[in-house]
Amino acid sequence: MTANVTKAAGPPQAPGGARHEAGVRVVISQLTRTFGSLRALDGLSLEMAPGEFVALLGPSGCGKTTALRILAGFETADSGSVTVNGADVSPVPAARRDMGMVFQSYSLFPNMSALDNVGFGLRMRRLPTAERRQRAAELLDMVGLTGHARHYPHQLSGGQQQRVALARALAIEPKVLLLDEPLSALDAKVRLQLREQIRSVQQRLGTTTLFVTHDQEEALSMADRVGVMKDGKLEQIAVPDQLYARPATAFVAEFVGTMNRIPGELSGTGQVRALDTLVPVHGERPADGTGTVDVLVRPEGLKIDAVPGGNGIVTDRAFLGSVSRISVRLSGDVTVKVDHPSAAAGQFAPGESVQISLPGVAPVLVTQRR
Amino acid sequence: MTTQVAPAAAPGPLGDPGAAAGRRSLTNLRRARDLAGVVPFTSYVLLGLVLPMGAILIGAFRKPVSGSFTLHNLHIASHGIYLHGFATSMELSLIASVVPGILGFLIAYAIFTARRGSVLRRVAITASGVFANFGGVPLAFLFIATLGNTGLATQWLTDIGFNPYNSGFDLYGLGGVALVYMYFQIPIMVLVILPAFEGLRPAWREAAQNMGARSWQYWRYVGVPVLAPSVLGATLLLFGSAFSAYATAEALTSGTIPLTSIQIGSFLNGNVLAGQQDVGFALGLGMVVIIAVVMLVYVCLQRRAARWLR
Amino acid sequence: MAAVTDAGPASPPARVASAPAARRRRSLPVWRWIILLGAGIYFLIPLYAALRFSGFGTFGQVFSQTGFSDALILSVKLALVTTVLTLVLMVPTTIYVHLRLPRIRPLLESITILPIVIPPVVLILGVLDVSPPSLKGTPYLLALVYVILAMPFAYRSLDAGLRSLDLKTLVDASNSLGAGWPVTLWRVILPNLRTAVLSATVLTVALVLGEFTMASLDQYQTFPVWIVNFDQTSGPVSVAASLFALFVTWIFLLAITMMGGRTARRIGGGQVDLVSVAHQETGDSR
Repeated sequence: MTANVTKAAGPPQAPGGARHEAGVRVVISQLTRTFGSLRALDGLSLEMAPGEFVALLGPSGCGKTTALRILAGFETADSGSVTVNGADVSPVPAARRDMGMVFQSYSLFPNMSALDNVGFGLRMRRLPTAERRQRAAELLDMVGLTGHARHYPHQLSGGQQQRVALARALAIEPKVLLLDEPLSALDAKVRLQLREQIRSVQQRLGTTTLFVTHDQEEALSMADRVGVMKDGKLEQIAVPDQLYARPATAFVAEFVGTMNRIPGELSGTGQVRALDTLVPVHGERPADGTGTVDVLVRPEGLKIDAVPGGNGIVTDRAFLGSVSRISVRLSGDVTVKVDHPSAAAGQFAPGESVQISLPGVAPVLVTQRR
Repeated sequence: MTTQVAPAAAPGPLGDPGAAAGRRSLTNLRRARDLAGVVPFTSYVLLGLVLPMGAILIGAFRKPVSGSFTLHNLHIASHGIYLHGFATSMELSLIASVVPGILGFLIAYAIFTARRGSVLRRVAITASGVFANFGGVPLAFLFIATLGNTGLATQWLTDIGFNPYNSGFDLYGLGGVALVYMYFQIPIMVLVILPAFEGLRPAWREAAQNMGARSWQYWRYVGVPVLAPSVLGATLLLFGSAFSAYATAEALTSGTIPLTSIQIGSFLNGNVLAGQQDVGFALGLGMVVIIAVVMLVYVCLQRRAARWLR
Repeated sequence: MAAVTDAGPASPPARVASAPAARRRRSLPVWRWIILLGAGIYFLIPLYAALRFSGFGTFGQVFSQTGFSDALILSVKLALVTTVLTLVLMVPTTIYVHLRLPRIRPLLESITILPIVIPPVVLILGVLDVSPPSLKGTPYLLALVYVILAMPFAYRSLDAGLRSLDLKTLVDASNSLGAGWPVTLWRVILPNLRTAVLSATVLTVALVLGEFTMASLDQYQTFPVWIVNFDQTSGPVSVAASLFALFVTWIFLLAITMMGGRTARRIGGGQVDLVSVAHQETGDSR
């Protein structure tokens, strides 16, 4: 699998200027890690530019958390290297790496107030008490929890706890900020609020950040670049729109956003025939040499017309706001979803006959027939 | 019996007060009927627990024969040999709770840090469950066979040249009884404190590391404070357990050391001075009060621990 | 005085052991082995000593000693009566409270803590004071009091078992299918409580078989009382009888635990827990 690597573009301009010096450059090279018979990491390589927010996205078991923990120092890789600003960090113990980590949940020390939790790292660095308290208060303010400084973790909601955890990780002015699925345990509304908060804080501080998640919406909305992982390897790393519009592999295409699968026939000249149209093929063809493949195309990439005696019947119409998603059953028991502006979608009622077609210009991905 | 509902006036904006009152009395009726279900239980508890306790309370303040109110019993119970008994019991309970507390903690820590599923761990946990169950009387005899005057261990030690009895050790004295108590107190401590260890989330340790803390710093700022309520609570539990123990001490000593529980027992055996027949009740009252206080503190600590280890 | 612990807090699934943690653990073993080995020796020596002291021959003699069978039979009878009484009292009550009076549960819990606060020695003092002579004339007075002692442990087992069921839903489903109360109780609720009831039974039986304090003060010769009294006659026999008692209780507990474990896996109830059994023993055989 070719890993489609786009060069790091560098951090966006931080509004109001970066508060600290520009972040560090992190280079992960050919990391491997095996647990017993399980290959958690299989040659992962990744470069993070100073101040960049990179998300590692993938299903559970793909190795993203392992990579993060190796970076943090809680695990060691079997082979490969991790360097920060050119210096190899493998011999450095976790306690000395100067990286702030936000865990998935319940990582606040239960016997300390929010303020003391945030100030803990500073206490380890022997900051005098007054300074420590002040800095901790500033950080709590940054995450909007000034009023809760004296509260204990069990008195805080899940979202509030994670904000304290974020403040705690940032209090030590870490070189790298690591986030291990910090929003997974929270409910939807809180998740959205926290997403924005994490992103804005990170931009303000300009800290190089690695964010691990299995939620593609999270990754796409927050990160400068997103790396999609599968089976311990990076399938593709690119800026969000690239990932969406130009997925390098079928896995990435189906993991990010919705994809339709339509049967097609390879036609010798780098083209494929589907829905009676000849379309250029983008990227690799499947190893299987036979001519039958599945064509992957986005809902907004299909055209739908109300036509009697067309190639499909509408089975469902879902209102999604400005766009409606129409489910259509084609011959051969293939179902596709087509997006169409809601204002004009009234004609596509369930049971109606429609014609689905492929606008022939844009290249499509092909993959093995399922 | 019919429940009269007041005749309804035209319902106002807040509903009909008459019907509301009717609903309330219906609810009360239902509640009363529901409570009827726990009558057998409550009666049993009343007869079996509250009544005897009432007898103790009354007896503590009762003058023998005449039955009039007196503080004499309490006075006797808090002086002389009975005061000595309380003191000795407390001393024994202190030793037999703090020492097993510490040892149990260490053993629990050793088990906790063993690899999950390892043989060592499983054996240790099962063994704790088994030894915590060794009862008072059989245990006393086991120790007599071990460290009694002609016990096996006594002979071994004498062979090495060190006869414990010559150095002041006496199985039938305070130290000996404490030693025997430890046999079941230690496993209890292990079993009670192990879940607390399990409650220490790995994320805390990692977060502490991430913040730059070394091992001892983690324990100092997070580990020990979080475990402290549970450890203290468990020790209190052991204290209460040792304080109210009777069988082991009786089987071992047959009343030779002044312990409150044994002293109460002697009242039932008829070894009492004239005019002091009801002092036993006062002693009993004293015991209950002490243990109640201990349990109260324990419950508070438990609640705190539960909050943190959630 | 018994220790009543709550079930430990649910912890997130354990992470795969990280390398530094594994290193930490591997560096401890000597320390760990010393402690556990030392503890092992301390606990095993008295057993060995007892065996040597009484001699293997004595074991056979134990059964033929005067009073042995009477005492054992009395203990067993008391255990039976106590268990039946306890179950008859506690099972319907706990089910009822869970179903109809869930708000009373905290109160119920506090009440069941009471017998723990009152030492058996004190309780028997009060009981003997208020009991009519007719009751005092029968050993079964002990059984009645033992129910009180067993109450906390029975309650805890049953409560834990009930909490793991969605009782209301089961009952509603049963009723909607046309089953009346007796049938629901017998065919729906009780089978799902098998482990909890087993647990409660084990605790109660172990309690009664080992109970010394009240029996001796009420002057009835149950098995533990016999052991102590017989010491005057022959020390080794008492020691052998003690070993016998321990061994039997032990086997009994282990067997029931294993049986309970298997049933639990099928039905999905709670586990017969040696921990709660441990707390049982602190009850009053001390």
